[in-house]
This record gives sequence, C-alpha cells and structure tokens, in this order.
Amino acid sequence: MTVMEQRGAYRPAPPPAWQLRTDPEPLLPDAAPYRVLGTEAAASADPQLLLRLHAELVRGRRYNTQATALTKQGRLAVYPSSTGQEACEIGAALALEERDWLFPSYRDTLAAVARGLDPVRALTLLRGDWHTGYDPREHRIAPLCTPLATQLPHAVGLAHAARLKGDDVVALAMVGDGGTSEGDFHEALNFAAVWRAPVVFLVQNNGFAISVPLAKQTAAPSLAHKAVGYGMPGRLVDGNDAVAVHQVLSEAVRHAREGGGPTLVEAVTYRLEAHTNADDATRYRQDDEVEAWRDHDPVLLVERELTARGLLDEDRAATVRENAEAMAADLRERMNQDPELDPMDLFTHVYAEQTSQLREQAAQLRAELDAETESDGAGR
Amino acid sequence: MTTVAVKPATMGQALGRALRDAMADDPTVHVMGEDVGTLGGVFRVTDGLAAEFGDDRCTDTPLAEAGILGTAVGMAMYGLRPVVEMQFDAFAYPAFEQLISHVARMRNRTKGAMPMPLTIRVPYGGGIGGVEHHSDSSEAYYMATPGLHVVTPATVADAYGLLRAAIASDDPVVFLEPKRLYWSKAEWNPDTPETVEPIGRAVVRRTGRSASLITYGPSVPVCLEAAEAARAEGWDLEVVDLRSLVPFDDETVAASVRRTGRAVVVHEASSFGGPGGEIAARITERCFHHLEAPVLRVAGLDIPYPPPMLERHHLPGVDRILDAVARLQWEARS
Repeated sequence: MTVMEQRGAYRPAPPPAWQLRTDPEPLLPDAAPYRVLGTEAAASADPQLLLRLHAELVRGRRYNTQATALTKQGRLAVYPSSTGQEACEIGAALALEERDWLFPSYRDTLAAVARGLDPVRALTLLRGDWHTGYDPREHRIAPLCTPLATQLPHAVGLAHAARLKGDDVVALAMVGDGGTSEGDFHEALNFAAVWRAPVVFLVQNNGFAISVPLAKQTAAPSLAHKAVGYGMPGRLVDGNDAVAVHQVLSEAVRHAREGGGPTLVEAVTYRLEAHTNADDATRYRQDDEVEAWRDHDPVLLVERELTARGLLDEDRAATVRENAEAMAADLRERMNQDPELDPMDLFTHVYAEQTSQLREQAAQLRAELDAETESDGAGR
Repeated sequence: MTTVAVKPATMGQALGRALRDAMADDPTVHVMGEDVGTLGGVFRVTDGLAAEFGDDRCTDTPLAEAGILGTAVGMAMYGLRPVVEMQFDAFAYPAFEQLISHVARMRNRTKGAMPMPLTIRVPYGGGIGGVEHHSDSSEAYYMATPGLHVVTPATVADAYGLLRAAIASDDPVVFLEPKRLYWSKAEWNPDTPETVEPIGRAVVRRTGRSASLITYGPSVPVCLEAAEAARAEGWDLEVVDLRSLVPFDDETVAASVRRTGRAVVVHEASSFGGPGGEIAARITERCFHHLEAPVLRVAGLDIPYPPPMLERHHLPGVDRILDAVARLQWEARS
C-alpha cells in the first residue's frame, strides 16, 4: 500500500488550468526567407522604388569601396564594410519616415548615409576625430554603437518615450547575428514586447560574428524564431533582395506605428568582405562560399530586374555610376583634409558644468599646449 | 512667526517625498524599476507614486537591470528624465555596461548634443543583516568612471535635497542610498519646501581641532558617535560629510585638514583600490605641509562582503576609528 492509498491521505488539488497566453503560430516566421526579386512577385514591384533602390545600392557599394580604400591610405583607423549587405542597409533605412529613429551598429554607416547623413560626418568615429560626428537629435540617428546590442534597449526606451508623449515615432534597431547572443538583445526584445513599444529589430545575419559561424552562435531554427518567445512576430527575409527587405521593413514599421508593437526581422545576407581590414577571412571560410554569394549580389539582383523590364538602359546606368563616383570623389577629397581639432574640447563635454578637478587638468593641458607653441615659435 | 509642525521623518520618507515633488514639478520625470509601482519599492521609497501619477510615470519594469537602465537611456534621448531604481547594490552589476559604455559618456561622445539627465538610485552598503549580494559598497566602481556624478546622503534633509538636485541635473547621477539609514529619523517638516542641496559640496557636520574624520553616507553617524566618544580621551574631532564623491569637494576637505593637521578617511567600502586611497592622496597633495601625521584609512576589510553574522567585524566601527585616531601619534593638541 502506497502512502497515497492510505485512508485519509492528503491529496493535493490539481494545479489550476494553465494555458498559453498567445497562440505562437501567427508569430512564427515562414520556413524560407521572403523574396521578391527573381520571383513572379517582382513584376508588381514599383518601378520608381526599383530605380531608387538601384541608385542607392550603387552609391552604397561605391561608399563601401571608397571607405575601405581610405583605411589603406591610413585615413580611417578601421572600416567594417557592409559590401554585400547594402540591400539591408538601404532597404531598411528607406522604410523609415523622417520623424523615425535609426539605431545603427558600427557596421551600419551606410544606413545612416541613406537616411541623409553627410558621408564624412558618418565616418568621424572611424577617422578618430570624435566619437560621434553628428547631432543624433538633428538626424534622428543614434550614435554608431560599438558594444554589441547595447543600442537595442535605447531604441526601445526612445520608442516608448515617444509613444508616452503621443508621437507616432518608430525606432529601427539594427544588430548582427553575433549580437543576438548578448544579454541586451534579450532584455531589449522582452521590454519591447511587454511595453508593446513601436520598435522594429533588424538582425542582419551575415553568417559570421568576426570568425564564428552562425551554427556556433545559436541552436535556434532561425534568428527570427527567437521572436516567438518574446511574444512578437518574427519575419525572415532575403537580405540581399532590396525590394523584399523594403517591403518587410515597411510592413513592420507600419505595424509598430499603428500600435501593433515590435517585430523581429532576420535578414539573411552575407558579408563579402572581412569583418574589418584587421581581419583575415580566409582563415574561417572558403572562397567557393564567397563566390556563390557574389552571384546573389544585391546590386545585381535589382539590375537584372530593371534590365528585364527595360527600365535600365545604358544612359541611366551611366548616370547612376557617375553620381556614385561624384560622391566618392567628394568623400575622398574631404577625408584627405586633416580635421581641425581643439584639444581643449577634451574637457568641454564630460559634464554640463566642469568640475574643479577637470578645470585643474584643463589648465595643465593649456600650459602644455602653450609651451609647445612657444617651442615651435622658437624655430627649432 | 508661525509655528511649523515639525515631526520626525525617516530618510526613506524624505527620498519618497523628493521623488513625488520632482514628478509633480516636472512632467518629464519618470520613475522606473522592479517593484517600484504597486509594491512601492522593497524599501517603500516609491510608495504611492504609481497611484498618484499612474503606471506610465512610475513603471514596474521586467526584472532586468541592463534593460531598465538601457531603456532609460533611450527615454532620456527623447527628452524624459528617468529615475531608475536598482533595488540593491549588487543587483546593479548587470547594468554596468549600459552605465559605463553609454550613460557616462553619451554627452561626451556626442560633443554635448545628447546629455543624459538620468538618476540611478542604488540602495547600498551593509549593516542591515542582508544576505549575500545585498550589502555591497560599490562606490569605487562608479567613482572611477568619468561622466558620472556620485552622491550619497547621510541625513534626512540631504536625502531630500540631494535627490531633488540629482533629478534636476542634466548629467547622470549615481545616487547611493545608505540602506541602514533608511529608517533613521530626524525632525523634518515635509510640508515646507526643502532646500535643494547643490551636488558637489561637502559639509562639516561637527567642528573640532584635533583631527578630521573624512567620511560619507552610512559612516557619517558612526564618525559622529566616534567623535563624541573621543571627547573622553580629550580629542576634539572634526567630521566632514562629503555628500558628493564626484565631483569631489577638495576645498572643504583641505580646509578642514589644514585646520586640524590630521586626517582619517572612513568608509565601508573595501580599503584596497577604494575611495579612501584617492581621498588620502588628494589630501596629501594639498595639505602636505600642514600634516602632522600620515593620512589613515579606516575602511571595510579587503574581503567580499561577509555573511551577516560576521559583518560587524568588517564594518568600520567606533573602536576602529578611535584606534586610528590614536595612531595619529597624538600630541597635546586638544
């Protein structure tokens, strides 16, 4: 006779009926990334949008090659190229209204430029003359963020604050596949979902976190699947298909603006260059893998569609190339001028009001600078 | 002259009143953290705020310190003044990356374009018999990070005045609340507007001629008690309450040490790499020719915070302070 069979034994009541709060099915991403270009759906893509995306992609590619060249000339300390990922950068940036905010990671310079930020000011961080070369409030672009995923909670907080103030502002937060392993990614998504904050999270899954492939980063079926656990929809999109990225992001932005809450979008793409110029990509990936992705180049995909529809003749293509060249020439020229720096600025922006400790140190640096000027004037 | 109805109030009540008044005065002030809403905070400091101002102004967040501080950064970017609560000292550590990498340097990295008017309330320190991870004195970590203000009150009036100043500041303030003083009482009239105490000014709590005890937060009452006890030895001790660790009031501290010629720095945080070393160095640099003895430190032991049944051996008490004063090689100075 077991204890439970004894007369008068305590029999606990069954636990209260428990059920899932949300049916996870509608939140789940599709099995394959959403594509437009190269499918029948491409026929319905707006010609004006295709032409705009094409011009921006060509310009973006040229920006990437120019900035990479500037690292070789020592004008930039480093440049994390987004070559191959331009469709994510541009398709996403163009989905935002002017009042919306962009929260870029360090690789998303191009998204900031596509929003209209001066290409030189976008590179201040990487040139090293100041950490952020622009006023974030003026452009509604948060500082390019170097720590991984830490900008995501900022996006949530800003979107939440905007909603509290009654503004229909949406925040777009960009992160890489490696960043999804960080705690801040989790906390940001959880806060966003609980607060139904108008945020769109865009994960650019470019295959590698420096050298670590996605298979060693996560065991999830896809990064978009992570959305379900937070109670927000996950969407999977071909990150090299600018039209698809633009459509999915536009839909997510609209959903957020209308009070539907956040969305997690995973854009599947590929980093054609190394992590930065300090990295040797041949150590961790094969050339044939890279070549396969070159056939799926985001610029080619749009060009093929435009050409097939007779929308891109040689004249127009030449104009697009010339505009991109002009941007690159201007960038080269301006980046080759040494920035004028005032060392006393080091003390100006630490606190609203300088502490006496900083005033002392400022006086010391001032004296050092004056001594330098004096010895220069003495005509060594 | 009207008689003001002065009644005893606790530091916790004064802090709550400061939050309430700041929220009433400025609609951009938002209080957020784990348990700050319905429960009113585990120390009841935020009691009644959600009822008065609504969930949007006093928000129970998910349990995630990095998320609490990280979202507060975004809210500040959009023009709000968040006041976040970290509930307990050691619970703030997950938020350190947000604090160090973003909160502290956002103004600097944006060349002044994006200030961070954030207040981070951290109940800190021991002496309440808390279990592990509930008694840390983490001020040295905060002090070592340029861009943060670090403030800690020791009296009921300062708790109100400094918290109002912290919330009004356009810079981030780590506001360290000495847990064991939450229930300390003072004659305080919550019905009259209190003075907002500017950040960065130390105050001499007790004047004396024999030596200066330089202290802050939870150690202030201990030092005052030690000063009373020292009278029996014929020592007349001065007690300086720093109130603000960053910025540091070199002037008040140096003036006191120049008067007395001797100094002991007293705090709960561990000694090695702690605030006392910085303070002693600053005193030595400014007062070397006035010093009759080396600057001494009476601090917590260089150990992880001990279990509650042993914490009295860790915390600097009256006897340890008096021993240090004796070690200042006493001469007829009283």
